[in-house]
Amino acid sequence: MINIDALREKRSLGFRLPRFNRRQQTLITILLMIIFLSSVIVGGALLGNERIATNFETKNLSPSLKHPFGTDWLGRDMLTRTLKGITLSMGVGMLAATVSAFIALILGLLAATMGKWADTVVTWLVDLFLSVPHLVALILIAFALGGGMKGVIIGVAFTHWPSLTRVIRAEVLQLRSAEFIQVSKKMGKSRWWIAVKHILPHLIPQFFIGLMLLFPHAVLHEASITFLGFGLSPHQPAIGIILSESMRYLSTGMWWLAFFPGLSLLIMVRAFDILGDHLHMLMDPHHAHN
Amino acid sequence: MRLRKITLFMIKKGTRIATLLVALCLLSFLLISYSPIDPVQAYVGADMMRVGPEQREKIAEHWGINKPPVEQFLRWAGAVFRGDLGTSMIYRRPVIEVIKERFLGSLALMGAAWLFSGMIGFILGITAAMKQGTWVDRAIKWYCLTLASTPTFWVGLLLLIIFAVWLGWFPVGLGVPIGILAQDVTLGSYIKHLILPAFTLSILGVANVALHTRQKLLEVLSSDYVLFARARGEQGFLLLWRHGLRNIALPAITLQFTSFSELFGGAVLAEQVFSYPGLGQTTVQAGLRGDVPLLLGIVIFSALFVFTGNLMADLIYQIIDPRIRQGGAV
Amino acid sequence: MRWIKWIKNRFIPSKPESVVGLSWESADFGGAETGSKTVLEVEDLSVSFVQYEKGLQQKQMKVISSLDIAINRGEILAVVGSSGSGKSLLAHAILGILPENASVTGSIKYNGKELTLQRQAMLRGNEIALVPQSVNYLDPLMQVGAQVRTGIKNGDALAVQREVFDRYQLKPEVDRFYPFQLSGGMARRILISTAIVSDAQLVIADEPTPGLDPEVVEETLGYFREMSARGCAVMLITHDIETALKIADKVAVFYAGTTVEVAPIENFSGDGEALRHPYSKALWRALPQNGFMPIPGAQPMPNNLPEGCLFAPRCSMATSECSIKQPKVRKLRDGMVRCGHAT
Repeated sequence: MINIDALREKRSLGFRLPRFNRRQQTLITILLMIIFLSSVIVGGALLGNERIATNFETKNLSPSLKHPFGTDWLGRDMLTRTLKGITLSMGVGMLAATVSAFIALILGLLAATMGKWADTVVTWLVDLFLSVPHLVALILIAFALGGGMKGVIIGVAFTHWPSLTRVIRAEVLQLRSAEFIQVSKKMGKSRWWIAVKHILPHLIPQFFIGLMLLFPHAVLHEASITFLGFGLSPHQPAIGIILSESMRYLSTGMWWLAFFPGLSLLIMVRAFDILGDHLHMLMDPHHAHN
Repeated sequence: MRLRKITLFMIKKGTRIATLLVALCLLSFLLISYSPIDPVQAYVGADMMRVGPEQREKIAEHWGINKPPVEQFLRWAGAVFRGDLGTSMIYRRPVIEVIKERFLGSLALMGAAWLFSGMIGFILGITAAMKQGTWVDRAIKWYCLTLASTPTFWVGLLLLIIFAVWLGWFPVGLGVPIGILAQDVTLGSYIKHLILPAFTLSILGVANVALHTRQKLLEVLSSDYVLFARARGEQGFLLLWRHGLRNIALPAITLQFTSFSELFGGAVLAEQVFSYPGLGQTTVQAGLRGDVPLLLGIVIFSALFVFTGNLMADLIYQIIDPRIRQGGAV
Repeated sequence: MRWIKWIKNRFIPSKPESVVGLSWESADFGGAETGSKTVLEVEDLSVSFVQYEKGLQQKQMKVISSLDIAINRGEILAVVGSSGSGKSLLAHAILGILPENASVTGSIKYNGKELTLQRQAMLRGNEIALVPQSVNYLDPLMQVGAQVRTGIKNGDALAVQREVFDRYQLKPEVDRFYPFQLSGGMARRILISTAIVSDAQLVIADEPTPGLDPEVVEETLGYFREMSARGCAVMLITHDIETALKIADKVAVFYAGTTVEVAPIENFSGDGEALRHPYSKALWRALPQNGFMPIPGAQPMPNNLPEGCLFAPRCSMATSECSIKQPKVRKLRDGMVRCGHAT
């Protein structure tokens, strides 16, 4: 008699559980990401300006121990510039993403609680804002607001809410059919009372996860629009500006000017992405398998 | 019967698109009219010092800038409705003409990237789903998620450094070589100028398509009907072919058509990095130099482009999916 | 192949020759190792899953625990249990189509030989057929005729499929229908066709009659009777004890992932005094016509099974030893029971 279990074991070889189970891995990842992200952002904010002062003795240096990311044509240390740029980009992205997430929360809640009419309007608005490519809309808004940081933040904030609005609207619609809400309704509670007392608390995890997942898009779009020349002024060391400047020196072979800042941005965005994903997994294990 | 259904569907969609377009025109115009940038200065550009107040007045009169905003909008909207988007300030040619010419350049770029990202993404997604949980799956997933967090224009810069500067395989920029008349450009050199930007542009698409395809195929593979097919002895590639592809092809094609928005946005960046003369670069120029008619024209055009993609996705469902085709459900 | 001949004689007697290129009398396909009467024998089968829950826990969910069941040729065995008792997973375990994260212990024998993964892969769709519970088990984007033909490995697939469809009064145009176009009764007949066209010796029907009209239920049960009449072993998995009693020879009562009793159909009569296990008795007495007396409590969840007898927490006969160790299955009269106190 062959034991089926033995066969199963054979098939699942190499699939042995590691020392930590998935849940512990999730928590550890979240912790690591938070430590990493906050140290980079805080570090960038605390850095002094002496290493990015113009110094022609150290200009155009390729990466070395003293200048791990090299220096630019003005002799500024690229590591310092990158860190400062990351901090700035993250700050702008964070602000824009937060505003965007709040817009989504309010509109999603409105659509799902204030009746059919509000729902139609919000769905139509979502369609309207999705009808123009993000970057074109960003250029239009940045142009209309005369460029600068204000234009970027408002632009990113006003273009990134539609997808989260859809998620929140669906969530509220589902919640509304839940029993405790139906009971509340029978007890004669007003729509707003139910929305604020019952629905809003349930939306908070969705809101934070949505914010986390929105954030990478916001940062990337901030960098893009700045790269194109619509965003922050050239005096501010944003990643988009640094990369756009590096274009002028590409043919001279100064690859480090573009390589390290972009890679740093990629790592930061990816770290945030992982953080959002793992938080999602922790709070909502059934819907975040993939 | 079927034709009538599709016609009805088109009318409904068309009405919605029309209302959205009208709102979009109004909103864009409103935004522009609050812009602090002086359109006359934008038009005249560097010659501003040499322009006297009377000439200024004339230019303003010519563009209708001195009228109240409502009247300006009605004038502009009326013209747009007749198909007249005005004259570009930078190019001094009708906006329609500029868009048409530039869009043809972008079309080659976007088309190549679109096909490439669709095919590679589809194959990657299927591979990942079939090998779910293995290192292959994890590698593909990791790769795609990383691509999705990558600034497209940065990849463009890297490609330029590696292939154009270091290896010298490709030109550093421009859709056609400098100093050669447009009609003398050979197809070969055109394609050579197209490869790097198209590859850059396809990157984000590959990630999206692969992740989406993987997700859909996993859903299909865990469905009741695949379970039953397995219970009936079907397995391996045949199972994938008969039930997997059949059920994920339609969503994948639809996704490709609804990705027109990101495609357009990506083209703006790719064209800027590679100085590829397409509509994306023109958008940046229009924005930077305050060419209001051109910018508004492009906003409207890009919306039409996105709507076309969405409409095509819907139509494909109407025509292909038997559940909609024969049932009338959904 | 005798049964196909049987269908032919019974339903298409006027045809002088089969239009089908398949020779009915062709050699046995290994299934009929006719010596052994028992087609399927499941011993001490357990199936468990690893599950993650909110918090930090990774839990072992035992959905089937030490299950025993046997079924003979030409017999209809009804497996009856309330929903969530792991009945469908039993079917999947026999067919070898459990998800990857399931772990299985115990033994399943088919025609006296151990069912290994390889053998399961070879036999499913041929000798062992599944009749699923709903139209959702058909590919929504594939015409149903083609889906039925998938199971026909030899001969003219189209002709065989048409023959079976004709027999089930499915018109030629139904071949080209998509699953969403089928009525409840049509879907039922098509799902059964998928089993008929294979060379099934063992048919496992998983909830084949949920939410159907009484006539369709009757019709469906008739098809299963036909199958058993030609020597097929039929396992009918259902939560509906009344349906099961209409057709089955034996009833296996399922509780929290295991069989508590296997009883011949005659035992389900009167006050249920002929039944062995307190749960079967309770189930019988909970039927409207038998007094409508429900038992208090609920079936334990698979991730929270009691230590000893799974039924002990709800059992009026339970003693202290019941909650220490799960009783073994033992033969009692002409059935089986998993209870120390049963007589």
